[in-house]
Amino acid sequence: MASSKLLSHPRWHRLLRRNLPNARLFSGLPSQHPGSVPEPQNHSDPKSNNKFKTASSTPSSLKEAELAKFAAISDTWWDSEGPFKPLHNMNPTRLAFIRSTLCRHFRKDPLSARPFEGLRIIDVGCGGGILSEPLARMGAIVTGIDAVEKNIKIARLHANMDPTTSNIEYYCTTAEKLVDEQRKFDAVIALEVIEHVADSAEFCKSLSALTAHEGATVVSTLNRSMRSYASAIVAAEYLLHWLPKGTHQWSSFLTPEELTMILKRASVDVKEMAGFVFNPITGRWSLSDDISVNYIAFVQPITRNESMLESGEQSKVTRNIGTTSVLGWSTGCKQIILQLDSIEAIEAIMIESCSMYNTLSMTVRAIVQPRLWLV
Amino acid sequence: MNRLLATKAGSNAYRLRIPWRPFSNDAACPNAGNPETGSEAQQYDIAIVGGGMVGLAFACSLASKPLTKHLNVAIVDSNPALGRKHFIKKDDLPDPRVSTITPASISFLKDIGAWQFVEQHRHAYFDKMQVWDYTGLSYAKYNARDADKEVLGCVVENKVLLSSLLSHVQDMDMLKKIYPSRLSSMSILPNSSSSEVGSTLSMTALFTHGRLAKLELEDGNSLYAKLVVGADGGKSRVRELAGIRTTGWNYTQNAIICTVEHALENHCAWQRFLPSSPLALLPIGDKFSNIVWTMTPEESSEYKSMTEDNFLKAVNHALDYGYGPHPTSSILGSSDLFSWFKGGISSSTSDCFEVPPKAVKLASERMAFPLSLRHANDYASKRIALIGDAAHTVHPLAGQGVNLGFGDASSLSSVISEGIAVGTDIGEVSLLKKYEADRKPANVTMMAVLDGFQKAYSVDFGPLNILRAAAFHGAHHISPLKKSIISYASGELRLPLFA
Repeated sequence: MASSKLLSHPRWHRLLRRNLPNARLFSGLPSQHPGSVPEPQNHSDPKSNNKFKTASSTPSSLKEAELAKFAAISDTWWDSEGPFKPLHNMNPTRLAFIRSTLCRHFRKDPLSARPFEGLRIIDVGCGGGILSEPLARMGAIVTGIDAVEKNIKIARLHANMDPTTSNIEYYCTTAEKLVDEQRKFDAVIALEVIEHVADSAEFCKSLSALTAHEGATVVSTLNRSMRSYASAIVAAEYLLHWLPKGTHQWSSFLTPEELTMILKRASVDVKEMAGFVFNPITGRWSLSDDISVNYIAFVQPITRNESMLESGEQSKVTRNIGTTSVLGWSTGCKQIILQLDSIEAIEAIMIESCSMYNTLSMTVRAIVQPRLWLV
Repeated sequence: MNRLLATKAGSNAYRLRIPWRPFSNDAACPNAGNPETGSEAQQYDIAIVGGGMVGLAFACSLASKPLTKHLNVAIVDSNPALGRKHFIKKDDLPDPRVSTITPASISFLKDIGAWQFVEQHRHAYFDKMQVWDYTGLSYAKYNARDADKEVLGCVVENKVLLSSLLSHVQDMDMLKKIYPSRLSSMSILPNSSSSEVGSTLSMTALFTHGRLAKLELEDGNSLYAKLVVGADGGKSRVRELAGIRTTGWNYTQNAIICTVEHALENHCAWQRFLPSSPLALLPIGDKFSNIVWTMTPEESSEYKSMTEDNFLKAVNHALDYGYGPHPTSSILGSSDLFSWFKGGISSSTSDCFEVPPKAVKLASERMAFPLSLRHANDYASKRIALIGDAAHTVHPLAGQGVNLGFGDASSLSSVISEGIAVGTDIGEVSLLKKYEADRKPANVTMMAVLDGFQKAYSVDFGPLNILRAAAFHGAHHISPLKKSIISYASGELRLPLFA
């Protein structure tokens, strides 16, 4: 798998934190459980570097260390002044984006108080249910999944408090398992999850597989830029103490270009993207064009016609000659199109890009017969 | 006495955040203690305590927005007028309790659809205003045309406003119920989780886990609500039960209000600042005008008890040559001094000083009430929001009190509508704090301005008099300043002097 070769590259290893000696099941069972070490471990990849391939038949894209991190603070999910305070503050803004894009996509009345009536929505990585509950209040049939058992328990207890949210179904499972069960949902929402998974390409494939035909997906994450390092890591974790130290790994952030590419490989297309900005004076988050720190993307499955055509004012028609094209956005006016001839070229770009800080330098360091158009 | 102690103890207990203790214990209200004895308790989304002008305006505002009109609302007010259709006869003498509605509030009332009812009864638009003081040094005349407006405001009797809002809210589709009783106690418990999983909880269980507020009324009914809105006036019971503290002071002044009749129609509002007692004459329509005279408590009891003729003489004297001479048109030299300030000549700059019309007859009894300034430290706490006089009480000298209340009602209903759009629980503090952050700066600024005026005019000191006269003169001649003053007083600007 191209992605596994990517992850096994030595440079990635310097950036990844924990090296786990044994492969483990990622179903939320406690870590040290001798009886649960599965026998397929013998068949695990001989390369000892590949630590994140789970031994079960359904490869999971989760990271054990990340799960442990969240399990430790799960009691504070609903404490709006606790470690999840930024998430609570950002929640109305995220919901505003979800509401406007999903209402438009499913042609629902935006002035209705329960516009999602009849829609099946899944909240992947629901945590304590901060997103699931408002979605249920908006009328949706919500399923929430999370890999940490404690989170699911807390989410269930809190949702039972309000009759409008008590019909949310919470499961402690992973997206891959649901794909195996052939579940389909009208809208798949995975906010602030993809930066915590080990294999983002697999994760995106699972998200795409869970989306019904004519459905939609919404993904949000943090950008890997200098500004996001300064705000999300230095300011939020170390200076303002909004988040516990180590909540985020800057190296696992995805730039919008990378996310678009990964999603495109999973046969879904980014239709709309917006950023969140925080105004320190009013203390409020708002939607904006600035995607340099937090951003959210509305994604639709690609129909066969669309793979040949692009739309929107920032695009140029690119011939699809059997390799993936990367469309770069930047908040300025430059548009960079790289047409690369092989998967290896893409990998090379990604490897180089993780040590670079903006998309413009990516063009300089491109390797393996690139053809560049700078517009 | 027991009740007072019990409620005080109850509210203290809430402040100390001792869990599981309701606000008032059963000793205070023996009737309401047992919910089973009263009728079946019902659950509402919003309970508006206080069905006055601001409370009903808030209910109308909710009913007029598409996202909130499906809410289930309860209105708690013991005023019997709320229970029946209110018929105001055309030839009723005007009630002395009137309010000046600014253009911003007029557009709010038009948006919620209640203004059409007001226009069917007596009301008076006015487009001119003259302000001067007893020193005779200067005056200021405002005309709505200076700020490119049609009117400076409209004076409407409170009972007309109330009945218009009530008939409008009853016409609307929103589910509502009026409880003709007074609030005796209110309980909100801290959030807690239920240990049962998978079962839908009853109302009492939801209340025990802090998801609903429980209101108990004096007639034995109780109701549950997700959000309690306190619109019950300056001595708000909701504010008291919630333990929200206030800052403020009592002005050592009372206001006397009454209605007088003139020989001719009056379309201008007149305000004269007498030594520590401003006197305002506002047109109500049909040759009637309303008088608001602020004075010390001793003087107010004297004026209230004197005969009608003597009172009328006193009023005419105060508006005319009493206490000081008439101001002449340009005391500080010709207007060339300020010509470089003028950004375009306003029409009222050249208006001369006019003497207000004489009061011919007293058309109502004189009422007196004490004045104070009060401001709640918080407008919102868990499952509680305060609007109108419950949140802020101001001096009546610029007629802003109810307009600030309408602003609160409009803001709170917008915030609730936005909260419902993103699926928030409407009783959450974070949502209600957005309303507070919207309204508090504007309200506090207005209160500071009014308080400043009140203090500036309570002192008779030579240099200060000249300063005030200069301020008047400047406001009269400097057009941009005049425009900004009119816009601020009309409610268009949130903060003075910042366009």
